[in-house]
Amino acid sequence: MDSSDHSTFDVSNLRVVRSGHEILKSISFRAAPGELIGLLGPSGSGKSTLMRSLLGVQAITDGSARIMNCAAGSRSLRGKLGYMAQSAAVYLDLTVEENIRYFTGVLAQGPSEVARVMDVVALTPFADRLVASLSGGERARVSLGVALVGSPPVLILDEPTVGLDPILRRDLWHTFDDLAKSGATVIVSSHVMDEAARCARLLLLRDGALLFDGTPASLLAASKASGYDEAFERLIEGDR
Amino acid sequence: MSLRRTLLTTRRILEQLRHDPRTLALLLLVPTALMGLLAWSLTNRPGAFDSVGPKLLGVFPLIVMFLVTSVITLRERTVGTLERLFTLPLTKADFVAGYAIAFGALALVQSVLVSVLSYSWYGLAHQGVPWRISAVALCAGLLGTAFGLALSAVAHTEFQAVQFMPAFILPQLLLCGLVIPVSQLPSALRAVAKVLPMTAAVHAINPLQSNQYYVGQFAILLAYIFAALVAGASTIRRVTK
Ligand SMILES: Nc1ncnc2c1ncn2[C@@H]1O[C@H](COP(=O)(O)OP(=O)(O)OP(=O)(O)O)[C@@H](O)[C@H]1O
Ligand SMILES: [Mg+2]
Repeated sequence: MDSSDHSTFDVSNLRVVRSGHEILKSISFRAAPGELIGLLGPSGSGKSTLMRSLLGVQAITDGSARIMNCAAGSRSLRGKLGYMAQSAAVYLDLTVEENIRYFTGVLAQGPSEVARVMDVVALTPFADRLVASLSGGERARVSLGVALVGSPPVLILDEPTVGLDPILRRDLWHTFDDLAKSGATVIVSSHVMDEAARCARLLLLRDGALLFDGTPASLLAASKASGYDEAFERLIEGDR
Repeated sequence: MSLRRTLLTTRRILEQLRHDPRTLALLLLVPTALMGLLAWSLTNRPGAFDSVGPKLLGVFPLIVMFLVTSVITLRERTVGTLERLFTLPLTKADFVAGYAIAFGALALVQSVLVSVLSYSWYGLAHQGVPWRISAVALCAGLLGTAFGLALSAVAHTEFQAVQFMPAFILPQLLLCGLVIPVSQLPSALRAVAKVLPMTAAVHAINPLQSNQYYVGQFAILLAYIFAALVAGASTIRRVTK
C-alpha cells in the first residue's frame, strides 16, 4: 500500500491535447484531505482545463488523474465533487431557490439543505428572484451555492470570487477555510495573487506546465520578490 | 436510471417554462390559432377541413416540441448546466426521460386544447375516438422532443438551431401526406417519405379518421420515438474531447 490511498488528488504526468494543441503538459501533484489549494496562472494557462480534467468532464490524453482513489470521471465520484464553473452554470430562467432545490434533489439531500446553502452564500433575501435578474456577482454566488450542496468532500472552484466586493470575498475565503478545516479538499483558481496567498499551498501554471508548487512564503523566497504580485510576475516572465 | 431524478428534471423544466409565460402561451395557443385559421380558410370547400384537420393534430406537436426542446437543451449545453449535471449522479437516461415527460405532458395539453376547439368551435366532424387522436399527438410531441435533443448536439448556437427548423421540418411537411397522399408521390420520393418521422405520425392518424384502428401504425410510431430518444441520448457526451 502506498500513501496515495490517503490523498484526495493523485495526478501524475497528466497531459491534455485539444484539437492538436497541448493544453496541459505533464502535470503531477498530490493533495490531502483538508488542504486549501490556490491554482494560479495567467489567462489561458490551463487552469480551467486542469479543473475539468479532475472532474472527469475533460478527456485526458496521457497520464492519470485519480481522485479519492478512483479514476477521474468514475461513476462513484459523481456527487462527491462540488464544482463551480468559471461561467455561472445555473438556470437563468429559474429562481435562486428553484435552482438550488433542483440540484439538492439530484444529490438526494433533504429540504433543509436548500436553506443552509442559500444562507452560506448570503442569498436568502434573493430566494424568489429569477437568476436572470441578478447581478453578475449574485449569479456567481448561486453557482457557488450549487457547488456547496451536500457538503462534498472535494470542492473545485473556478474563479469563485471574480466580480465580488472585498467584504464578500473575505467572507467567502473564510467559508473555503472552514470547509478545508472540516476536512474537505478545496482547490480554488484565481488571477488575484493577494487573494490566493490565503491558501496554504499554491500551484502556479504557465502555458500548461506546473511552474511552482509550495507555500506562499516559499513563493516569495523563490522569486526574491517583496509582494505576491511581483512574485507572480517574476515567475511567469522570469525564465522565458 | 432513477425515477426520482427523472421527475425532478421534469419538474425543473416545467418550472423554467412557467417563468416564461410567453413561450408557454405560444406553445399552446399558436397551434390552436393555426387550426382555426385553416378551418376558416377552407370554409368554401366542404369536407376539406375534415380531411386535413386531424392530420395536423399529429403534425403540430412534432414541430412545436422539436423547436422548444432543441433550443432549451442547446442552452443547457452552452450555459454549462449540462456539464455540471454530468459531475452529479444524474444519468443520460434521467436527463432524456425528464425532457420527454415534460414535453410529452405539454404535447398532451396542447393536443387536448386544439382538438376540443376543433371539434366544438371549428366544426371538425367527429371521427374516430378523440382520445386516440390525442394519444397520437402525445407520441408526435415525444418524437419532436427526441429529435430536438439530437439536433441540439449538431447546432452550436440558438441561431443555428432555428435555421435547422426549415431544413428538418419543411421537407417533411411536403412529403408526410398533408399536401398529397404518400401513395401518389413519385416512387423515389415515396420511399423517402415512408421513413420520415412526420409521416409515421400522420400514418397513425389516418386510420383513425375512417374509424379504424391499426395497432401496427401505432407500434411503428412508438418504435420511432424509442429510436429517436436513444439517438438523442447518444449525442450527449459526458466527456469533452
Ligand atoms: N476546445 C478547445 N480546443 C482547443 N483549445 C482550447 C479549447 N478550449 C480552450 N482551449 C485552449 O486551452 C488553453 C487553456 O484554457 P483554459 O480555459 O484552461 O485557461 P485558463 O487558465 O482557465 O484561462 P482563464 O484564466 O482565462 O480562465 C487556452 O489557450 C485555450 O485557448
Ligand atoms: Mg479559466
